[in-house]
Amino acid sequence: MGRTSTFLLSAAAALLAGTMPALAAWQPQKPIEFVATAGPGGGTDNLARAVQNIITKYKLTDQPIVVVNKGGGSGAEGYVYGKASAGDPYKVIFGTSNAWQQPLVSKVAFNYTDLTPIAAMAQDEFLLWVKQDAPYKTAGDYLKAAASSEFKMGGAQSKDTDEVLTRMIEKIGHVKLTYIPFKSGAEAAVQLAGGHIDSHVNNPSESLGQWRGGTQRPLCAFSPKRLPQGAKITATEGWSDVPTCVEQGLDIKQYEQPRTVWLPGKVTPDQAAFYVDLMKKVQATPEWKDYIEKTSQVDTFLTGADFDKFIKEDLEHLRQVASEQGWLVK
Amino acid sequence: MDNLQELLHGFTIAVTVPHLVLMAIGVLLGILVGVLPGLGAPNGVSLLLPLTFGMQPVSAIILLSSMYWGALFGGSVTSILFNIPGEPSSVATTFDGYPMARDGRPTTALATAFGSAAFGALVGVILITFLASWVAQVALAFGPPEYFAVYFLAFASFVGMGGAAPIKTVVALAIGFAIAAIGIDTVSGSVRLTMGIDELVKGVNFVVAVMGLFGIGELLVAVEEEFHARAVSSKIDWGEVFRAVARLPRHGVALLRSAAIGCWMGITPGGPTAASFMSYGIARRFSRRGRYFGTGEVEGIISPETADHAAGTSALLPMLSLGIPGSATAAVMMGGLMIWGLNPGPMLFVDQKDFVWGLIASMYVGNIVAVALVLLTVPVFAALMRIPFVVIAPLIVIICVVGAYSVSNSYLDVVMMLGFGIVGYLFKKLFYPLAPLVLAIVIGDKAEDAFRQSMLMSKGSLGIFFANGLVTSLVIAGIALLLLPLALQLTRPWRKPAPPTAETTSQEKVII
Repeated sequence: MGRTSTFLLSAAAALLAGTMPALAAWQPQKPIEFVATAGPGGGTDNLARAVQNIITKYKLTDQPIVVVNKGGGSGAEGYVYGKASAGDPYKVIFGTSNAWQQPLVSKVAFNYTDLTPIAAMAQDEFLLWVKQDAPYKTAGDYLKAAASSEFKMGGAQSKDTDEVLTRMIEKIGHVKLTYIPFKSGAEAAVQLAGGHIDSHVNNPSESLGQWRGGTQRPLCAFSPKRLPQGAKITATEGWSDVPTCVEQGLDIKQYEQPRTVWLPGKVTPDQAAFYVDLMKKVQATPEWKDYIEKTSQVDTFLTGADFDKFIKEDLEHLRQVASEQGWLVK
Repeated sequence: MDNLQELLHGFTIAVTVPHLVLMAIGVLLGILVGVLPGLGAPNGVSLLLPLTFGMQPVSAIILLSSMYWGALFGGSVTSILFNIPGEPSSVATTFDGYPMARDGRPTTALATAFGSAAFGALVGVILITFLASWVAQVALAFGPPEYFAVYFLAFASFVGMGGAAPIKTVVALAIGFAIAAIGIDTVSGSVRLTMGIDELVKGVNFVVAVMGLFGIGELLVAVEEEFHARAVSSKIDWGEVFRAVARLPRHGVALLRSAAIGCWMGITPGGPTAASFMSYGIARRFSRRGRYFGTGEVEGIISPETADHAAGTSALLPMLSLGIPGSATAAVMMGGLMIWGLNPGPMLFVDQKDFVWGLIASMYVGNIVAVALVLLTVPVFAALMRIPFVVIAPLIVIICVVGAYSVSNSYLDVVMMLGFGIVGYLFKKLFYPLAPLVLAIVIGDKAEDAFRQSMLMSKGSLGIFFANGLVTSLVIAGIALLLLPLALQLTRPWRKPAPPTAETTSQEKVII
């Protein structure tokens, strides 16, 4: 069994990795656990399962992989679990920017420094959504209307990415919004369809169905350039037809949520290198491209110093918003 | 009658040999995960999900939803035989199912449960078939105040209609709310009541609480009181399976009332758990034999089971038409829909007619397949009751420990489960009702979120609960139920000598 699997592994590696360095020095010797810091069916869970399927399909490692969900406490459950498993290279934690944002604003028993960063793969975009029959056609109209009456903005969780973005819109657009936290973006979308809130800032995949169904529409995307051309969503429009918010006079150039992969703390550099390499191989497959396209995310890969820089910048930015809002813990 | 035509088209998709085979496989796997400790429908479905990626979406959803039906039925088996509910919604089934099984009628209990569950599911599917578009609109009318009003109604119906002393119900509810508050709070984002234990940030899982409260709690009571009297000599009696199902129509009123409650709670987002509890509470108040509830009454099994399945089935509609998953299982299936390249939402009914109506038709066929298969297994499961208590007691402990551990591979959960066992024992000894405690643990945090979201929307004014006809009538119904015990108390002097109250009747009635 040992010989066959080594052969398969090197064959697969050679096939996929091409010019990449040969096998990493460390190899897993027992089953690997993928910890999704979200409940079944959420974006992070989908990522963990997509990666699991790709690895299994191409036999990128000969060890079996199981996905477990530890989504309690907005993902804190999974990160705390990662912290408690220090030195164990068989636990891979899948999360979002939550890993460094949550410790800043709420008293959770972990920090991102307790974990070993592997990579940021895939960035989810944010858009400003309103009800289909709302009178405003652009972000400018929306801000004008919001200035005279207090709008209700829905979002997933409290003091998390959605609320941070809401506070940025308030500050840059000179308006006051009442933020209503829900359990998930999907819940916020339903509340908007029912007219109970005025807007939300969901990711594309969270509101795709409602846009196509004609209950809500995006005003603008918080992205430096328009989203990539894809299939049309409604009869006339696709993602690339949504203007950027900057185009419409709401000067927020970029706001994205990376999907992140971590190992517990105190693992060896060899072990970390193995997983960086593994994720790179995953990203080279057509199945990965397919996953990115179906979930309307942006394909990125940050690791090592780049990833570190990204975290630091994001933290700096959040710290600013959080201190203005009085969210910082202690 | 467009819908009827679509449905007939759906049947041509669902009733093919490969799909019937998939249904049978799904149902059998579902019964297995339903009966096995700690697995349950959401885990089963997510284990099976990767296998479906290569399938046609309609075949995939038929396989997964059949597994869901199977798991729902399977979950009732452990509720009735061992007093260990596998899903929140089968808790109410233990109240009369378990005493009946212990009395030596496990076959009757199981067959009654399955028969009425199938009836409930059937009513739910019929509702989906004919009222799909209307139902989707009703669900949209529910904002945070309306959600809160529905939960409030569920809690109030317990205080007003539950069998225990109202004040004890309120105490049990309050303890449940405190347990539900543990973990991260949605509205403020801060960590609450973790008492310095980092792991508690995830909150208290329902399965952990229920396995302890019911499984271990009951075991402790049994050990103390009657541990030699437990082996039940039940014959394997195939005839009784059919006789029990044939007796169901005699309880037509209970069936229809429970199905109506179930459908209503399934469409409004109350969900199957609240539905089964409410149905049980209302049945106990209105049934002719209500005073015997808790001792193994047939209607005490029919009411929660019918409502549970009617709600569970009709709750699939908001998932399809609005993209709101009504349960953890529905959330996993929704993840599946996305991976298969479909987007749940209003357009599914327009864009993917084959898929939607194939699924709806498969609900009819799948439930028939499921009920046929589970009825065939009844005598086998019933035979488990013949195992003597000295053998079954350690088994129950093992089931509870393994079940609690496998929720999230955590030892803390096992410790908490044992702690809940002691709480369950104390509740029974002190005649406090367990049902409101469980209901509050399951929907307490949702009710709290909804209330605080409403307060954010209205800037702290309670007027938002009287802002429109829908929410006003729900709130007033809730308040009326809440005040019912008080009103009865006040009017008592004017009436004939008081009927025996909860305290003076049999103890078994009170512990429910």
